[in-house]
Amino acid sequence: MNIPQDLKYTKEHEWVLLDDGVAVVGITDFAQSELGDIVFVELPSIGLNLKVMEPFGSVESVKSVSDLYSPVSGVVADVNTRLTANPDLVNSDPFGEGWMVRIEPSEMSDLDQLLTAEEYAEYIGAEQA
Amino acid sequence: MDTIFEICRPGRRGFRIPEEATEGREPHGIPNEFLRKKPADLPENAELAVLRHYTRMSILNHHIERDMYPLGSCTMKYNPKMAEIAAAMPGFRDLHPWQSEEEIQGALELLVEFQERLAKVLGMHAVSLQPAAGAHGELTCLLMARKYFADRGEKRTKVIVPDSAHGTNPASATFGGFETVEVPSNDRGEVDIDALAKAVGPDSAVMMLTLPNTLGLFESRILDIARIVHDAGALLYMDGANFNAIVGQVRPGDVPFDLLHLNLHKTFATPHGGGGPGAGPIAASAALAPYLPAPMPSRSANGTYFLDEARPKSVGRVHSFLGNFGILVRAYSYLLYHGADGLREISENAVLSANYLRMKLHGEYEVAHDRICMHEVVLSGRRQKALGVRTMDIAKRLLDFGFHPPTVYFPLIVEEAIMIEPTESENIETLDRFADAMLEIAREARENPQVVKNAPHTTPVGRVDEAGAARNPNLCWSRACGPG
Amino acid sequence: MSAFVQHTDADRRAMLRTIGVSALEELFADIPESIRAKGGLPIEQGVTEPETLGKLAKLAAKNVSAASHVCFAGGGMYDVAVPAATGAIASRPEFSTSYTPYQAEVSQGTLQAIYEFQTIVARLTALDLSNASMYDGGTALAEAVILASGAREGNRVLVTPHLNPHHREILNTMLEPTGLEIVELPRSGLRTDVAAITADAQKGAVAVVLQQPNFYGALEDMKAAGQALQGATKPLFIASVDMSSLAMLEPPGAYGADIAVGEAQPLGFPMSFGGPAAGVFAAKAEYLRRMPGRIAGMGKDVHGNRAFTLTFQTREQHIRRSKATSNICTNQSLLALMATVTTALLGETGRRLAAKVSAEKAWSLSRRLTQIPGVELADPDAAFFREFAIRLPREVSPRAILRKMRERGFLAGIPLDPLPGGGRGLLIAVTEKRLWSEIEAYVTAFRAAVEAERGGARSPETVSQAAR
Repeated sequence: MNIPQDLKYTKEHEWVLLDDGVAVVGITDFAQSELGDIVFVELPSIGLNLKVMEPFGSVESVKSVSDLYSPVSGVVADVNTRLTANPDLVNSDPFGEGWMVRIEPSEMSDLDQLLTAEEYAEYIGAEQA
Repeated sequence: MDTIFEICRPGRRGFRIPEEATEGREPHGIPNEFLRKKPADLPENAELAVLRHYTRMSILNHHIERDMYPLGSCTMKYNPKMAEIAAAMPGFRDLHPWQSEEEIQGALELLVEFQERLAKVLGMHAVSLQPAAGAHGELTCLLMARKYFADRGEKRTKVIVPDSAHGTNPASATFGGFETVEVPSNDRGEVDIDALAKAVGPDSAVMMLTLPNTLGLFESRILDIARIVHDAGALLYMDGANFNAIVGQVRPGDVPFDLLHLNLHKTFATPHGGGGPGAGPIAASAALAPYLPAPMPSRSANGTYFLDEARPKSVGRVHSFLGNFGILVRAYSYLLYHGADGLREISENAVLSANYLRMKLHGEYEVAHDRICMHEVVLSGRRQKALGVRTMDIAKRLLDFGFHPPTVYFPLIVEEAIMIEPTESENIETLDRFADAMLEIAREARENPQVVKNAPHTTPVGRVDEAGAARNPNLCWSRACGPG
Repeated sequence: MSAFVQHTDADRRAMLRTIGVSALEELFADIPESIRAKGGLPIEQGVTEPETLGKLAKLAAKNVSAASHVCFAGGGMYDVAVPAATGAIASRPEFSTSYTPYQAEVSQGTLQAIYEFQTIVARLTALDLSNASMYDGGTALAEAVILASGAREGNRVLVTPHLNPHHREILNTMLEPTGLEIVELPRSGLRTDVAAITADAQKGAVAVVLQQPNFYGALEDMKAAGQALQGATKPLFIASVDMSSLAMLEPPGAYGADIAVGEAQPLGFPMSFGGPAAGVFAAKAEYLRRMPGRIAGMGKDVHGNRAFTLTFQTREQHIRRSKATSNICTNQSLLALMATVTTALLGETGRRLAAKVSAEKAWSLSRRLTQIPGVELADPDAAFFREFAIRLPREVSPRAILRKMRERGFLAGIPLDPLPGGGRGLLIAVTEKRLWSEIEAYVTAFRAAVEAERGGARSPETVSQAAR
């Protein structure tokens, strides 16, 4: 189970990378393996205001749909449009090409509420890669 | 197999219309701007070719007359041939739904007689046969509850369901304008009474309960549930999907339930048709009866039948006409055939068969609640999962033994759920054969798991790549009709 | 004991032994005593198959139907020709007794039939996709409006005043929880004043619903409506259509509809007193994820062979539960199959001919009837497709005419009392099953009936109406 050290995590299995003041968000390796083959990712519009832990989209496999929860409050700056044609990127590269949204955080302290890699690993009861 | 579009041969004609040669003899009077410019490109072929096409398709299906469907909560019992004859009688099949009352007295009499008998079987005050399916009946009852509370000036926004509820329950609640509140089941597999008491309040409108529940267990504290719900001023609704277990044993109106639906394609053996049509009649207590859909087939004082439209409290119409009449005819024939004792024998034998299977399987498989069940038993594939074999694999391997799999992954509260309902139609040899197949698969899971994980091996097609079908949707044939 | 339970007493004893109980009663021990039904159900005992069928035959014989009378009634269901081969295929137990095709490997027959139905509906409506069918045309329309209420902001829906009245009642019932206000567009004779669909009128509307042909058989200017509703933020344009008209008339996709709904019965299965029916639901591709109902797709199995499967199930109740696009858990699979088979037997040529000859015969009948003194078309300016409304002389009751026509062997039509715009009349439909000789006989009988009502022998219905 891949749990990169340099990321932060939510209990809803999203990961966050702080890239030059912008929060890049996706779902974890654990999440994509639980969901199975992803067939569709529903992403928000650019410019949408998000509140922390509010659903902002969904990720769909053949047999289930899961809401995506925003780890931070802020404004949607960009979405990964490649996922429209290639939702399988979430399965094959959940921390890289499978990124979902970039958010400009309005409240940096939101990030302090997130889990570290160790805390997330413990939460899902897994061994770190 | 090719689709009908690929075997199409333009110029070959099948069914002829009367007086085709008179086409164009008189004008049709429709101005050009309304006429279709681009043809629809529908397939053309001769009758024998069409017949063979659909016959070849049909034999790819499993069906009841081939072998058993042990599908929990679906009650896949034998569909009597007699019912088909009844529904095909020209005096029923060729009735136009807009005909005047004096022309349809036989149809109205059938509906009224069926309504009355169902009310007696259920112990309820009145019945409507309009809803076309179970979920349709659920929604109709929720709309009735809405109107009932609005008339009383009570604002109630919540519908309570157990966590074992079928997906249609919360979906119907949403469509009915309600919010769903889930209450957990206890470790006996029944509704947690304390949790229910906390969840029910002045904003509760309806509690939707399947009885027996989706674990195949009768809610032994049903009277407490009814009391809690009614003390809060809310209504108690029965999802009748599992009525096959209690028909003739319990009259829901005695509990008392205020509203309920039945699935005629389950308890009353109307054919599933590959997904429909079904029928979902509903029943109401005296207080809720005025809210039933209109028009209501009724008997007048002089013994003739009419459609009662004078129902000011009715929720209105939920179907274009009076419901799935052809299905109602079938179900009515089933009810007449069985009668009082026959209906009771259904539940007796259904419950007997389910417990028999439970005993045959509970050594190898974990039974979610290993005690006397009703018409269905729920297993968990947990032991097999530990060996790397999932419930989905077990289901697919059963196909190789000629059975349709049981219901899988439902109810959601049981891990790797396998829900088995034999119905009263199957004989003991078939039950034994099914149990033997399940035991064989359990053995394979231990000794040769690959043969289970790669199943099915002998069906017309193998496992379908569902993710691929969803990622690259092909929902209609887009090429022009014809070969190539 | 019914013939349908196979267990003998010996079987039951053996099973009880296996279970480890001594009596059947013990299996029902969880049921509280106070609610056990004692003394049996208060209905008659069962009878044998011949007796059951005898009772039903008696009830069927009390009905007058299109089997014994020549049917000119329409209003959403039509006495169309249903080929014998259609009934034969649909009564195969492989199709009629099989279950919903959740296990694709043993349901390819059903799944392929659904796929073919979806294709036929998509081609007839000229829209991108169709689902596997809904309960009927009226509930399909309600679900289309509910879809629109999720896709657009707004609190109203504009509907044609000439919607099938039963469909209008269904809308009233099913839209109640949405809070949507149903606003009727103005009428123009028996047509809708489409020019009234202005930008102003569209404010706050989630959808505009038109019916083509409308309930009175009249043809609406769907093209103008489509133009008024073009644009990504406009209300959704929902067309409720006669599926058998689409072989001849411009389809919803050609005039810019977002969603097309309708009743599949005219495509070729029995009327059966209004049900089971099959609702059609077709839409542009962008609404796929909002669509209710089952959808079948073509894909591949694990060996690379063509295989059909239910797809996009994540919209449906068994997965999405309270967030599902609908609570629907059924499609009218067997009826969709029948519509598909009849269409396959008729073919493109046959479907077009059926539409054309019924339109020609209807037009001819309307001309002949309006030669009867006092009988006129209710809207002489409206073009119609195979169904039209006539106005009767003021003193003549539609029900009296129906009764006299019934005595002459006809189901003459649907009474319209009142007619929009005043007066009373009849809605008359002609299908491809109607012969020229039947049309001539209808006119003769009709003339006699009208003259009798106007002249001497007046029926109780006419007398009591006149007395008001």
